[in-house]
Amino acid sequence: MTTEQHEVSTTAAPDDAYTPAYRRPTMAGVDTTHQVMLYLEDISVEFDGFKALNALSMEIGVGELRCIIGPNGAGKTTMMDVITGKTRPTSGSVFFGQNIDLSKLTEAQIATAGIGRKFQRPTVFEHHTVFENLELAYKCSKSVWPTLLAKLTGEQRDRIDATLELLRLQQQAGRLAGLLSHGQKQWLEIGMLLMQEPMLLLLDEPVAGMTDAETHRTAELFNELRGKHSLVVVEHDMDFVQSIALEGKVTVLCEGSVLAEGKMSEVQADPRVIEVYLGR
Amino acid sequence: MTSLTSTAMVTPIKSRTPVLFQPRAWIAILLVAGVFAVLPLLNLWLPVEHPWHVTQHTISLLGKFICFALAALALDLVWGYAGILSLGHGLFFALGGYAHGMYLMRAANPEPGQLPEFMVFLSMTDIPWFWSFTEYPLYSWMLVLLAPGLVAFIFGYFAFKSRITGVYFSIITQALTYAAMLLFFRNETGFGGNNGFTGFKWILGFDITSPQTRAGLYWASLLALLGALLLGRWITTSKLGRVLMAVRDAEGRLRFLGYEPAGFKLFVWTLSAMLCGLAGALYVPQVGIINPSEMSPANSIEMVVWVATGGRGTLIGPIVGAGTVNGLKTWFTSTFPEYWLYALGLLFVLVTVLLPQGIVGLVRKIMRRAQGDRT
Repeated sequence: MTTEQHEVSTTAAPDDAYTPAYRRPTMAGVDTTHQVMLYLEDISVEFDGFKALNALSMEIGVGELRCIIGPNGAGKTTMMDVITGKTRPTSGSVFFGQNIDLSKLTEAQIATAGIGRKFQRPTVFEHHTVFENLELAYKCSKSVWPTLLAKLTGEQRDRIDATLELLRLQQQAGRLAGLLSHGQKQWLEIGMLLMQEPMLLLLDEPVAGMTDAETHRTAELFNELRGKHSLVVVEHDMDFVQSIALEGKVTVLCEGSVLAEGKMSEVQADPRVIEVYLGR
Repeated sequence: MTSLTSTAMVTPIKSRTPVLFQPRAWIAILLVAGVFAVLPLLNLWLPVEHPWHVTQHTISLLGKFICFALAALALDLVWGYAGILSLGHGLFFALGGYAHGMYLMRAANPEPGQLPEFMVFLSMTDIPWFWSFTEYPLYSWMLVLLAPGLVAFIFGYFAFKSRITGVYFSIITQALTYAAMLLFFRNETGFGGNNGFTGFKWILGFDITSPQTRAGLYWASLLALLGALLLGRWITTSKLGRVLMAVRDAEGRLRFLGYEPAGFKLFVWTLSAMLCGLAGALYVPQVGIINPSEMSPANSIEMVVWVATGGRGTLIGPIVGAGTVNGLKTWFTSTFPEYWLYALGLLFVLVTVLLPQGIVGLVRKIMRRAQGDRT
């Protein structure tokens, strides 16, 4: 079987290409020599005249944990759609590292390049067991023939077990994912992202519907992931944002562009931010 | 969380199936296949007055049903597993039938170079180019797989790349088989117009009407069905099978995991069309005719009913369903023929409402209950 692991080292030159076993777009390693994981420049998205994103510019650093907050309709989810290829920007450019133009790739190619996404509503494969959900997410060749002939190796099993332990879902490994509680589904989806070994994780409202204990545990998990991956977290729960933002940057989106950016304490003191949140 | 863990049926994680089926399922499958394999012998060896004698009629009827079961199994691969509802599998069935029919028409003549009868009748002078080499059975059998496979591949390539899904896809497949039917109805197409092919005499030099040849065709169909069942089982228990079910349940999620669903759909779609073509090819010599009415939309829809009745996404279900529905059809059309379509419609409604998992689902439920009582 072919489990062509693509080496995406953070300092790799762009020609350090990975070649999958089966004919697929050859993805050059991500070039992050400037310590930037994701560039959004002047992104606009228009739906029938409505501007969901309006000249949005943002940079996410390597290993950074960035929280994004903003009122409903600020364009947070649309921004994630643009990064993951679900929506094409009307104008502007979006780059992964310095060299990968995301506006030219499909969703699957973007995922293979190293961007994982958790949806707002937890989306797992409900008729597969928890174990199988993680197995499907496991980073290996995802084209037709290698998948048909794939066999689970001991190493893969160990990694899945390790992830199950991290998610505290060992007891649920053989259960159908559809039977999990809401919070457990959220965790499973995060676990599926981790199995992909992404360099950049996009998390849309990861603690929505979680109990306080689960939220607390998720904050712990994210703090562990900080530095290993770049994380972009969209969340409404301010206490949760507080507990993971620490001294890092928080971005406030409003009406499709960046309203304010800075430490949590600075942002919260910003009169413009207070105005959007409390109404004028 | 704790309430969940306490009721959890924690299954130890092992490879899901030991060599395709559980030992008990293997025994059951081989037993049933064995019984069906013996039937032609009871026809050939026992005299007509013997109580165990099986009539020629029964053998050819069952042979037909086995071909239908194979077609249903092929449809289950795309519908039950990948969630692609095809209302046009009759096209692939007919294409396989026509491909084999070309050889049978050529073989019906004493000289292989001679024009088939219908061409003489239509005052054609030459054998059309697409009939070349069809006098060779091996080539014609290759066509049985290649013709439906190619049509499915080209159609699927564009449909799946354009992300056509759900009812839109189903409607297009229905239109496709209807268009093909109109095309094959024309005499100019070169496939015998509305009469199609008939009057087969020989297959590989054997008399096509003799009981021995009939038995041979029956066994070939049974073997093909068994092979397709094992192949289908191998695919659906592989990781690819799990990806197909993921396509069915949450295609978007799969994309964001790095899979291109289009490739997986195309694979199973093409494979399904080829299996369906094989079913059609085995069907034609047993019924002695192939004509464009095999491509009529009603035929394709009937296939869907077989799968739904038996239980989709189970592989065994469609086989059971094809047998049950066709058994009913045989009985109905001989007893009160004018009511068959009403009965079929009623059956479909009842199955959809009362047995969403089909017959297999019902049996599983009963077995689970029985097991629950015992423990």
